[in-house]
Amino acid sequence: MKNYSVFDVVGPNMIGPSSSHTAGAARLGRMAAKIAGDNVKKVRFLLHGSFAETYKGHGTDKALVGGILGFSPEDDRIKNSFEIANEKGVEFEFIPIDLGDDKHPNTVKIVMNTEDGRTVEVMGASIGGGNIKVTEINGLEIEFTGAYPTLIVKQWDVPGAAAHITNCVAKNNINIAFMSIYREEKGNEAFTIIEADDHIDGNVIEDIKSNNKFIQDAFIIEGF
Amino acid sequence: MLVNSMNFTNGEELLRLCEKNNKTIYEVCIEREMEISGKSKEEILNRMRESLEIMKNAIKKSLTEDIKSVGGLIGGEAKKIRNRLASERPVCGYLMSKAISAAMGVLEVNASMGLIVAAPTAGSCGILPGAIITVGEEYGLSDEDMLNAIFTGSAIGIIITRNATVAGAEGGCQAETGAAAAMAAAGVVEMMGGTPRQAIHAAATTLKNIMGLICDPIAGLVEAPCQKRNAIGVANALISAEMALAGVESIVPFDEVVEAMYKVGKTLPMELRETALGGVAATCTGCNLTKKIFG
Repeated sequence: MKNYSVFDVVGPNMIGPSSSHTAGAARLGRMAAKIAGDNVKKVRFLLHGSFAETYKGHGTDKALVGGILGFSPEDDRIKNSFEIANEKGVEFEFIPIDLGDDKHPNTVKIVMNTEDGRTVEVMGASIGGGNIKVTEINGLEIEFTGAYPTLIVKQWDVPGAAAHITNCVAKNNINIAFMSIYREEKGNEAFTIIEADDHIDGNVIEDIKSNNKFIQDAFIIEGF
Repeated sequence: MLVNSMNFTNGEELLRLCEKNNKTIYEVCIEREMEISGKSKEEILNRMRESLEIMKNAIKKSLTEDIKSVGGLIGGEAKKIRNRLASERPVCGYLMSKAISAAMGVLEVNASMGLIVAAPTAGSCGILPGAIITVGEEYGLSDEDMLNAIFTGSAIGIIITRNATVAGAEGGCQAETGAAAAMAAAGVVEMMGGTPRQAIHAAATTLKNIMGLICDPIAGLVEAPCQKRNAIGVANALISAEMALAGVESIVPFDEVVEAMYKVGKTLPMELRETALGGVAATCTGCNLTKKIFG
């Protein structure tokens, strides 16, 4: 059984009113923006379940937009995130939708258009106490929580890609706590997700990206 | 587990650690945190100091600013109680009325998208600051004392989280505001010079006093009746602390009360666990307010 920290019990420090509907939503927005490369121009939030029913009263909408702007759950700019997004020219829209019975009741699919013309889709759920999990990137089912420093690599599903990634990870002295590879079909786009115990040094990204035969993109999620 | 570990999994173990090492609950709790996180005492204290500041600021904000909740059901109640306190004869006495006002005020800040510390949840975030900061201020205690009281409360919260639940969706309001009040009661006891044994008895009494309370938020929002349940939570904590400090013990030990609370929570029908389908949420007024807020 988990050894709870005092800060699991007294915390998180957060903008109210709800750890799952506000703090978790802000984290999901921030995570999605990070995955998209932090240059979101336009975003649509497809809200499912309890998120769809109560998003206005819980400030879930403001928290999601705040997250897209890079605000953490304790950033009081969340309250004015709509105005700040308007000033920055970031367009946003909320659409209540049924994403299916198998989805967690607090699920949101975040569809982002970036400054450089890409469309990135991230789906995730707020699973309680402000904790989240990401369940889909660009339609591909994956799973990670952001609770650990996480390395995400977008690669081609070709022989040698995984070996290249793990070599770079080993070279940078990163101890792997959990590692998963996801793909839609053979030879197509795939993701490697590595969760580590300690801080991941940014040098590993350069090393991984140095081989563009295997790798499309790589980035680190830390501090969520 | 380490040989000299300060880790504990229930109230009995916590008390034994305190008595064997001649330590307070907060001392054991801080040492345990150092063990499991690998962080220094100073780092841990500094992080909690930030939380205490956020708690104090939330109380202040509720008394100095005009607050309206996102759902529009609450706002301004803390001020009303504080104003009456200044001009009339408070029925509950000065300290209790001040504590009630503080607890309700923090909830208002939470419901209006202000900064709070979940303790243990956002819906119960008024109780721990309401009790500890009010008693601390009224008896001229230091920030250090209040900080220690939060660690005492954290130890109780860790045990309830581990062996039962603090989520309204799982165990009802008794679990959520009940846990917050039990944490506050234990914190107040140690802050006022009580023993670890007395602190744990205060926590047990608090949970017993509120056992069976359902979670029935109007429109599913953390506003009503949550705000007033935070007021009763802080009162419950102070009453139980007073009993324990006077040497009145809980007849049923803390660990058994926690287990009983968890069983009661699991027995509650789904309608009475944060779904807004029962209790005051399902009343005529509750349903009308829901329609008004969500259209």
